[in-house]
Amino acid sequence: MIEAAARQASLETRELNAYYGEHCAIADVTLEFRPLAITALIGPSGCGKTTLLRTLNRIHEVIPYARVTGQVLLDGEDVYDQGVDPTALRRRIGMVFQRPNPFPTLSIAENVAAGLSRQMRGARRREIVERALRAVGLLDEVADRLRSSPLMLSGGQQQRLCIARALAVDPEVLLMDEPTSSLDPISAANVEELITQLSGRYTIVIVTHNMQQAARVSDVTAFMLADEDGPGRVVESNETTQIFFHPRDQRTEDYISGRFG
Amino acid sequence: MRSYRSRRIAGAAGIFWSFACAFVAAASLLLILGYIVVKGGGALNWQFITQLPRPVGITGGGVANGILGSIITVGIATLIAAPIGVMTGLYLALFARGGFAESVRFLSDVLSGIPSIAIGLFAYSLLVQPFKHFSALSASFAFAVLMLPLLIRTSEEAVRSVPRTILEGALALGMTTFRSTLRIVLPVAWPSIMTGLLLSIARVAGETAPLLFTAFGSQFWELNPTNPMAELALQVFTYAISPYRDWQSQAWGGALLLVMAVFALNILARLLLKSRVSVLR
Repeated sequence: MIEAAARQASLETRELNAYYGEHCAIADVTLEFRPLAITALIGPSGCGKTTLLRTLNRIHEVIPYARVTGQVLLDGEDVYDQGVDPTALRRRIGMVFQRPNPFPTLSIAENVAAGLSRQMRGARRREIVERALRAVGLLDEVADRLRSSPLMLSGGQQQRLCIARALAVDPEVLLMDEPTSSLDPISAANVEELITQLSGRYTIVIVTHNMQQAARVSDVTAFMLADEDGPGRVVESNETTQIFFHPRDQRTEDYISGRFG
Repeated sequence: MRSYRSRRIAGAAGIFWSFACAFVAAASLLLILGYIVVKGGGALNWQFITQLPRPVGITGGGVANGILGSIITVGIATLIAAPIGVMTGLYLALFARGGFAESVRFLSDVLSGIPSIAIGLFAYSLLVQPFKHFSALSASFAFAVLMLPLLIRTSEEAVRSVPRTILEGALALGMTTFRSTLRIVLPVAWPSIMTGLLLSIARVAGETAPLLFTAFGSQFWELNPTNPMAELALQVFTYAISPYRDWQSQAWGGALLLVMAVFALNILARLLLKSRVSVLR
């Protein structure tokens, strides 16, 4: 997992549109995610950044009436092709949600192992669980409570558990939907620190409302915006430093400097 | 605008009125319970719940075969209704969309309003007439139909109350929908589903009308569900309309047993619901 040579998954979208019923949430998104780098999606509420994130692992389509047109290419293959099995895809593209969502009826260890195949048992399974917990800095904190409920943990610990759960499946890409927004400042700082540690090993796409966070953790930033009632579009994407210090688009500059949003 | 004072008086009167209504509702319930306890308490003793009925004129005897029959009949009904009801609820909560889901919900609501005697009649024509004899199984079928609407509704609510991100979290790990639902979502909803199951059992435990022409009743020990079987509720009915004082008092005893069973089921259901709250924080 962590020790293994990092695999450079290439991920990009081409002319991607996502809908909820008749409502078009994002339109015409063509975006490359740099392998093994952290890409931040920023923009005001309702600009479609979470929707974009959710199209990448096809979790968007589990919402009734939600659909997608256009392409999401993982290593050159369209994940929306007929033959693609979404469960296999989601093993390659892990996801961390806005609020920690540990499985309440499973133990801490079972949570981490939840995504592993059932053939994976015994010592090997335990090893993977421990490694994933160590990777998120949780092993020492929970070593003597592996069999207890994850609901005993603090919000920050729960979120790190959810990251460990995603890592255990050994994905190439990690999607993070505002992973620190529901946490207290100290937990948020811990999780953010963890995200920077993961960079270079996974291709990470992170949605964040927090521009300082985007500036701190990401290598590349994409700024999204929706016009009134219209779909969200990518206004500009570039090196994070460029976006923050030399934005090309006036709207990006207005947003960065806090003039709206 | 009326003065502050008059509005305050009107408000106080409103609150008092609703309190009085609540009091009447609670009091009438307690009155019924109390009356049954007083009338039935005397008939309750060890031999009442362990012995077979005795012929008229011979004192003593009990309703043991009725208790057993009721447990068997309701048990089989539960085995039939539980999987169907829970899976339907699960389907409605997670996967159904559009017209079909609405139709299922609507039909289930209609079903819950159909008089139990009509459902008994249906069971009679389906499972009694063709076989030319009464059976506990036909009663179980009628009970299962009666249980379904409540079971479907409560199961749907139970599954719906599980945050959607928990399902999505499982799917995002690459679990199949089937596995996510059965291994992750269903266990979280389980206590509420069990609560619904207990309530739907309580709902049919005291039903009598459908039994009249399905289980029919019996004077003997009967374990074979394809035969007519004694049922506690039926015994209450038969004894209550009999002209014998001894039987009438046994009818009250039987009624008390039924009430106690329903009471116990409700308390159990409440306890389960409490345990659920801790799982969901």
